Amino acid sequence: MKVITANRLLSGEVVWLGDGGRWVERVTLARIFEGKEAVAEGLAQGMASKDRQEVVDVYELDVTVEGGVIVPVRLREKIRAAGPTIHPDLGKQAQAVTA
Amino acid sequence: MYRYDEFDASFVSQRTEQFKDQVRRRLAGELAEDEFKPLRLMNGLYLQLHAYMLRVAIPYGTLNARQMRKLAYIARTYDKGYGHFTTRQNIQYHWPRLEDTPKILEELAEVEMHAIQTSGNCIRNVTADHFAGAAADEIADPRPYAEILRQWSSLHPEFSFLPRKFKIAITGAPHDRAAVQTHDIGLQLTRNDAGETGFVVFVGGGLGRTPMLARKVRDFLPEEDLLAYSEAILRVYNRYGRRDNKFKARIKILVHETGLEELKADIEQEFEKIRFGVLRLPEEEVHRIEAYFAPPPLEVGAATSAAVDRRRESDAAFAQFVAHNLNAHRVPGYTSVTLSLKPIGGVPGDASAEQMEAIADLAEKYGHDEIRISHEQNVILPHVKLDDLPALFDALVAADIAEGNAGLVTDIIACPGMDYCALATARSIPVAQRISERFGAAERQAEIGEMKIKISGCINACGHHHVGHIGILGLEKKGEEFYQLTLGGSANENASIGEIVGRGFSSDEVVDAVETLIDTYLGLRSGKEETFLEAYRRVGEDPFKEALYGAA
Ligand code: HEM
Ligand code: SF4
Repeated sequence: MKVITANRLLSGEVVWLGDGGRWVERVTLARIFEGKEAVAEGLAQGMASKDRQEVVDVYELDVTVEGGVIVPVRLREKIRAAGPTIHPDLGKQAQAVTA
Repeated sequence: MYRYDEFDASFVSQRTEQFKDQVRRRLAGELAEDEFKPLRLMNGLYLQLHAYMLRVAIPYGTLNARQMRKLAYIARTYDKGYGHFTTRQNIQYHWPRLEDTPKILEELAEVEMHAIQTSGNCIRNVTADHFAGAAADEIADPRPYAEILRQWSSLHPEFSFLPRKFKIAITGAPHDRAAVQTHDIGLQLTRNDAGETGFVVFVGGGLGRTPMLARKVRDFLPEEDLLAYSEAILRVYNRYGRRDNKFKARIKILVHETGLEELKADIEQEFEKIRFGVLRLPEEEVHRIEAYFAPPPLEVGAATSAAVDRRRESDAAFAQFVAHNLNAHRVPGYTSVTLSLKPIGGVPGDASAEQMEAIADLAEKYGHDEIRISHEQNVILPHVKLDDLPALFDALVAADIAEGNAGLVTDIIACPGMDYCALATARSIPVAQRISERFGAAERQAEIGEMKIKISGCINACGHHHVGHIGILGLEKKGEEFYQLTLGGSANENASIGEIVGRGFSSDEVVDAVETLIDTYLGLRSGKEETFLEAYRRVGEDPFKEALYGAA
């Protein structure tokens, strides 16, 4: 199970590819890609967005679904999805949920 | 303090304009990311885990109140209200927006600051002893030479595309506080028998995945040859340094693979060709630059202060502060004060905008408008009157930068690690915080004495773990954070690379392991004067190994 991620070019904000090829700012809102072909398609969408100067650094990562919520597998991606563990007041973990 | 001349001012503003245009072209789609990335890196702008990161140079760690206020202003206006001071005497902002960076660079240029050559394969910010111009044991102020090197290396066309990054450090005292032997070029000011000023020159130090101490290539390099000799080193490196493998591209590998004698001969040969050319450094030029670093007028006073002594008796926190955070000044009646950015349980090196402003105010009020950043991620007021210490301390307490722990177990160096850094394999800051909490009690810290713990979140070693008395390297093992300990490292004039003690520890175990090491030291030291490092050098690793892993 994978999701596609990137950073917005202008702000640097971490985003994930959501439904309809839109970038979302919460990993829980990301679209899940299963299987090689689907992932390749997702990456291609992300790359196309990169070519439109919307995002940078597009890549895929492993996730699981726990209690209906998407959770990245690796610690690095968990931290990226939440914000610095030493600053609960900063990053996405400190913001109200918006797409 | 050095003031920009017309040349500096115009090149910094040109560069800011260029970058503004590059950002505009990037946003317009005229530059693709692959084209833009090297350009942004040349201006100190990285992409990290959560956002962009901007690294601003603080040449040789020296700044004034106006510049510090600007750093605070930028933190508040364009970032999230704080900045992170690094082991390379820079400041990093962790949350700037790409679209704001041209504006930030303009703001910096207003106070003669910039982010040029804080990244990329060029000669980086030249670092120097943070007590430069103040320390009692100093032969001469190293900063004029650092400034001369900065001018020579800034946008040097021949050295803008080196095989890899290149770092120079310089110290003016026999006691090396600038870790010169861990740099690509390390310079130690010295005097020869005739009383002339020159440098001991070291080449090929570096940490990262292949840690190496620099090797001595010259016992005495005359002052006038500084630039020609540096250029000769760079030319040899530029020509022979490996470009085929990024991990073997630093000059340390060249020294290692070529052999010291042959490399020395190559350098000397190149040096002879250019020695009497344009790079010869005239004495008048040195004096002209030195004038910028002229010390403030300091009246000689009594070597001790009754006000300090009185306060020390009645106030334990003040006594601890005075015991640990002062460095002997060359002028009696003065001292250099370390403002610790290591509050117990805090993030090493972070300072809020308010703290930066408080520091700026105090530098003006008590410190002749001089501020230094140390590679140990602390702030220094180099010229403070002893009699002003009680009042200064009160103000520091109010700003929450009064921890009396300089050089102690809680004065930990830590890189940003996985909380911010895209390259990290584990977190570093939370480990530093937990160690700090474990040992934070004043008596315990004082009992342990001098101790340098250094933590990196990956093999790149930005936290200098190889040269920590106790070094901690964060790795990843089976998806979990995992910490490898090294012992016996040191970055001063008796530098050494620490040795790995054995298998690593999980995040849950690592603080206990550090405590075991420290308790072992306390149990075997010959007396209170024997530091952890000295004891380790005396007894070797066995007792520590045994304590950690049981008898073999
Ligand atoms: C957060 C973004 C950072 C990135 C991407 C980064 C990247 C790197 C890399 C790739 C190296 C290894 C270079 C080599 O061996 O050729 C390195 C080394 C180093 N970095 Fe960083 N670093 C970062 C932050 C820092 C910080 C915050 C500091 C200061 C606390 C720092 C100080 C150093 C030092 C002192 C070295 C060792 C130099 C040597 O190998 O001789 N870096 N860094
Ligand atoms: S040591 Fe590794 S984790 Fe730490 S700042 Fe350097 S590159 Fe990042």
